[in-house]
Amino acid sequence: MSDWPLLTILIFLPLVGVAYILLVRDNDDTAVENIRRVALVTTVFNFILSLGLWIWFDPSDPGFQFVEKRDWIPGLVSYHLGVDGISMLFVILTTFLMPFCILASWKSVTDRVREYMVAFLVLETLMIGVFCALDIVIFYIFFEGGLIPMFLIIGAWGGPRRIYATFKFFLYTLTGSLLMLIAIIAMYWQAGTTSIPELMNYQFPTDMQMWLWFAFFASFAVKMPMWPVHTWLPDAHVEAPTAGSVLLAGIMLKMGGYGFLRFSLPMFPDASADLAWLVFSLSAIAVVVTSMTALVQQDMKKLIAYSSVAHMGFVTMGIFAMNVQGIQGSIYLMLSHGIVSAALFLCVGVVYDRTHTRDIAAYGGLVQRMPWYATAFMVFTMANVGLPGTSGFVGEFLTLVGTYKTSTLAAVVATTGVILSAAYALFLYRRVVFGPLEKESMRRMLDLSLREKFIMVPLIVLTIVFGVYPNPVLSVTDASVNALVGSVAEATGGPKGPAIDASEFAMVSGSSTDAVERGLEAAGMTPAGGGHGESGHGETGHAEEASDDHAAPADNHGEPDAASEQTPASE
Amino acid sequence: MVELIVFLPLVGFLFAFLFGRQTGALTAQVVTTALLFVCAVLSWIVFIAYGFNDAPTDRVPVAEWIVSGDLEIAWRLRIDTLTAVMLVVVNTVSALVHLYSFGYMAHDPAKAKFFSYLSLFTFAMLMLVTADNLVQMFFGWEGVGLASYLLIGFWNDRHSANAAAIKAFVVNRVGDFGFLLGIFTIFTITGAVSFDVIFGAAPTLSTMTFSFLGFEVPALELACLLLFVGAMGKSAQLGLHTWLPDAMEGPTPVSALIHAATMVTAGVFMVARMSPLFEFAPTALAVVTFVGASTAMFAATIGCAQNDIKRVIAYSTCSQLGYMFAALGVGAYGIAVFHLFTHAFFKALLFLGAGSVIHAMHDEQDMRRMGGLWKKIPYTYAGMLIGSLALTGFPLTAGYFSKDAIIEASFVGQNPFATYAWIMLVGAALLTSFYSWRLLFMTFHGTSRASADTLKHAHESPPNMLIPLAVLSLGALVGGYVFAHSFEHPTDGGFWNGAIFTSAANHVLHAMHEVPGWAVIAPTVVMVLGFIVALVTYMLVPTLPKRFIEAFPAVHRFFLNKWYFDELYDRIFVRPVRALGRLFWKGDGRVIDGFGPDGIAARVRDIAGLAHRFQSGYLYHYAFVMLTGIAVFVTVMIALDRGYF
Repeated sequence: MSDWPLLTILIFLPLVGVAYILLVRDNDDTAVENIRRVALVTTVFNFILSLGLWIWFDPSDPGFQFVEKRDWIPGLVSYHLGVDGISMLFVILTTFLMPFCILASWKSVTDRVREYMVAFLVLETLMIGVFCALDIVIFYIFFEGGLIPMFLIIGAWGGPRRIYATFKFFLYTLTGSLLMLIAIIAMYWQAGTTSIPELMNYQFPTDMQMWLWFAFFASFAVKMPMWPVHTWLPDAHVEAPTAGSVLLAGIMLKMGGYGFLRFSLPMFPDASADLAWLVFSLSAIAVVVTSMTALVQQDMKKLIAYSSVAHMGFVTMGIFAMNVQGIQGSIYLMLSHGIVSAALFLCVGVVYDRTHTRDIAAYGGLVQRMPWYATAFMVFTMANVGLPGTSGFVGEFLTLVGTYKTSTLAAVVATTGVILSAAYALFLYRRVVFGPLEKESMRRMLDLSLREKFIMVPLIVLTIVFGVYPNPVLSVTDASVNALVGSVAEATGGPKGPAIDASEFAMVSGSSTDAVERGLEAAGMTPAGGGHGESGHGETGHAEEASDDHAAPADNHGEPDAASEQTPASE
Repeated sequence: MVELIVFLPLVGFLFAFLFGRQTGALTAQVVTTALLFVCAVLSWIVFIAYGFNDAPTDRVPVAEWIVSGDLEIAWRLRIDTLTAVMLVVVNTVSALVHLYSFGYMAHDPAKAKFFSYLSLFTFAMLMLVTADNLVQMFFGWEGVGLASYLLIGFWNDRHSANAAAIKAFVVNRVGDFGFLLGIFTIFTITGAVSFDVIFGAAPTLSTMTFSFLGFEVPALELACLLLFVGAMGKSAQLGLHTWLPDAMEGPTPVSALIHAATMVTAGVFMVARMSPLFEFAPTALAVVTFVGASTAMFAATIGCAQNDIKRVIAYSTCSQLGYMFAALGVGAYGIAVFHLFTHAFFKALLFLGAGSVIHAMHDEQDMRRMGGLWKKIPYTYAGMLIGSLALTGFPLTAGYFSKDAIIEASFVGQNPFATYAWIMLVGAALLTSFYSWRLLFMTFHGTSRASADTLKHAHESPPNMLIPLAVLSLGALVGGYVFAHSFEHPTDGGFWNGAIFTSAANHVLHAMHEVPGWAVIAPTVVMVLGFIVALVTYMLVPTLPKRFIEAFPAVHRFFLNKWYFDELYDRIFVRPVRALGRLFWKGDGRVIDGFGPDGIAARVRDIAGLAHRFQSGYLYHYAFVMLTGIAVFVTVMIALDRGYF
């Protein structure tokens, strides 16, 4: 199996579907139905194939696997593909979301269906390519190429202000990308190669790292999007058709985070370490500011778009925490957000298809007519606010824990997002789903159709399964993330380990009191005398004596700060 | 066995939620309730095994959860006496509330959903109390928050219910913010979140400092204070209490289960569970006592002025939780948990009794439109009377043992706020007695102020509502006497068997035997005093309250409006955040877009317009521009050549 060019097949299989769709000549109903079916079959088949990646992936190998390499422009660019623990899951996320996009557009897109499906399949090719490319030029082509189908999807099948939105989207991302292109050229002149694995091992001079880092940062920050270059996202989401929003939020945003992990961190570790403060600041601001902005939105999609920006703030923060928890958390949060935000946009799509409005005020009381819809929406809302037991929690928790190790300030500010996200998400849910059933248009709403249930159920199951048992995902990323952390550790001085080594207490026997007594012994604070109760007679003074007992012995772990801040209980 | 206790309610939830509509509501109700009764029976068996037969602390691995680098979190159930106590409390009250809801929710169209949510809540609560690490506890912590949110907003066509549900969730999240930071702090320093490891690391931790937001602070104090913020949110302590009274929008069985007996005591449980940490953090303990004692007093003052029967009990809950925290703070963890245990019975009884009253009065909750009901609903009256006696600490009832023990513990406590706590708690005991009797007198005695029609239809509740009242009454009467000795035993052996840690410096249990007689009797004296005041003002001279209000309108308004906390928070948090949100939104449009894409686009258009004007089509325009260009170019070249620049 391993000698199959699996990645090439995954990338170009959608184009086979495109070819078939273009062969369909007629424009009658059966032809259109055929086109939809072909698109669905292609994407489903591609998804099943992509699972092969997961099955044959060797999680203990931190390097690239399924590698294919052929010369393209000899001596300059080669057709070089491969995935590691970081990129593999993004490929699967892409192939996983595609069938949902096709299904979600089944009824809502009736205009130029052929072109629509072609655009989506081409987009799939390009997105998979981004995550598989191991040559920086190939990467750039896929990365930029993805703009074109998305531009068309929003511009041709979008809402009333679609032209403005597409231009904004295009201008923003292109500006960033051009800087990246210049940086790529500079890197080629400096290192003499465009191969990503070779560039990862190449040591760029520190001052060059700085401006290369900024050039890449410009591109990825726009893609993420990070505050303050996020303003294209709400407009793009609002105008995009449902499936467009799904891919935008689900995959395209993740390219930024992936870029940080693939380029910024391993290739420019010194610059990353020096400029982590900048990323932390922008991310912390993003979390707070965009959450507050989400709180006052009137448009369902805008609200979710702003919440996406806030979540991406957690991601960038986790990446630049540069420790295992932060980076694994970022990857996890990106994958989880890929599912959850996609699902939320699909939820909006479900009611938009029925009422053709995204105005929050136009809804209310849906739970009474659409109980299953209300349940699905509730699950995704809770995943969005990071309730433990949903996939959202694992990612948020890990990124925050990772960040806290590096910068308490950034983590504390970002953790307020936990409060704000609850406020805006529940506010949305309340206005849309709860409340009295007063509006006439709401009374005629029908609950999820079979097709819609087909979309929602897998997403719900994944959201909960990955919240309760995230290990399949975490273990796949483990080796690659460890390697990444190891390679940047030289620049950052290594991730900070815990201040005390508590592993000696990792035994599971005895009661809580036994555990503490083990600790007292280890710290040299042997419990006073033969237990308590016998000695004390209720006078003051015992507390002081005993506390002195605790503070006096120097702790035997060699910690420099064994200062006596142990204040006696009574003064 | 413990797996069964924890996961049966989950099975019940899934069954009722997914299949409730197909199988019919009754099947869902019966299945969930039956499962809960099984859990309750098993819980008592576990309780006896751990409390009285010295079963050793047990950990039941279930599965891996999150493994990332040195962070390892497993799903694992921890059972010791502390957990066993909570299992008994949660499952007993939950089973009774399930049963009670058969009657109370009889006319509701969404019965299956209601029962499924009750079971979901129970599952989450059980995960909380059996947690073996901080993150699993947080899972239960947020899970009960979700269930609470769903149940407060159960009647989701009411705006007030929805608002209350969101408020509960968001205010709790403020607490969770602290809880999370506490977990981060502990993990960052020790590299672990599981209880055994962090308990072992606690002594070392107490000698260390941690750099937090640029300040070097004592590590363990910081961690404990942050965790306590979480406890304050969940247990509605002063400052984060505002959600609890509003939560009364939920159906009354929910109030009894979640907002009296179980969920709100999670904070108390957490501090007791974390006793190995708190014992080494004296400043944190002082704060716990201070907040607890202040809350006890504060909530009691409000309770005296409320007219909604459920709100009086809600503030009473808030106040009693304050008692528990005060006890925790002075190091009397066992006694705090004892009060948690007895309080669960008598407060659930009071709430279910109030529910029975509301049911009888056709959803009337205002005590000003009640009165004289005792003849109409004698069994409910008996239950409420027993509950109130237990709450006020009438001798030999449950509250007498637990509450008075807390007051004694605060008297001998070694904590800087112990004396403050004692004064506050005795004062609060006076008020507790007053508002409890006020509630009884206004509801059941005197002449009826209800409309004749309502009064005519007032009826005693069906047996499925009265049986839970009877069982809880039994608990409220004898629970204290039976278990007082066990709970107040030193924690390293006997009943607690090491489930709670008390440091060698902690002598509070021993010192309690030395309390002078006048201090022992003080709570009982103020209890009688409160009764007398209530008797005089609400029975003998019913015009007194009105005259009091007229004499001190400001005081009354202050208490009636709950010290204006809601108004204050609205001004300093809610409105500013919304205003900021709007500002940032505009900022996105005007500032970022204005200077960014829109601005650039506009400038490009301007420049294009300018350039466009050169394209006039006249040859002499072009010739002029070219000549000018050449002239400038030549000048510059000559200047450069001669070295002028």
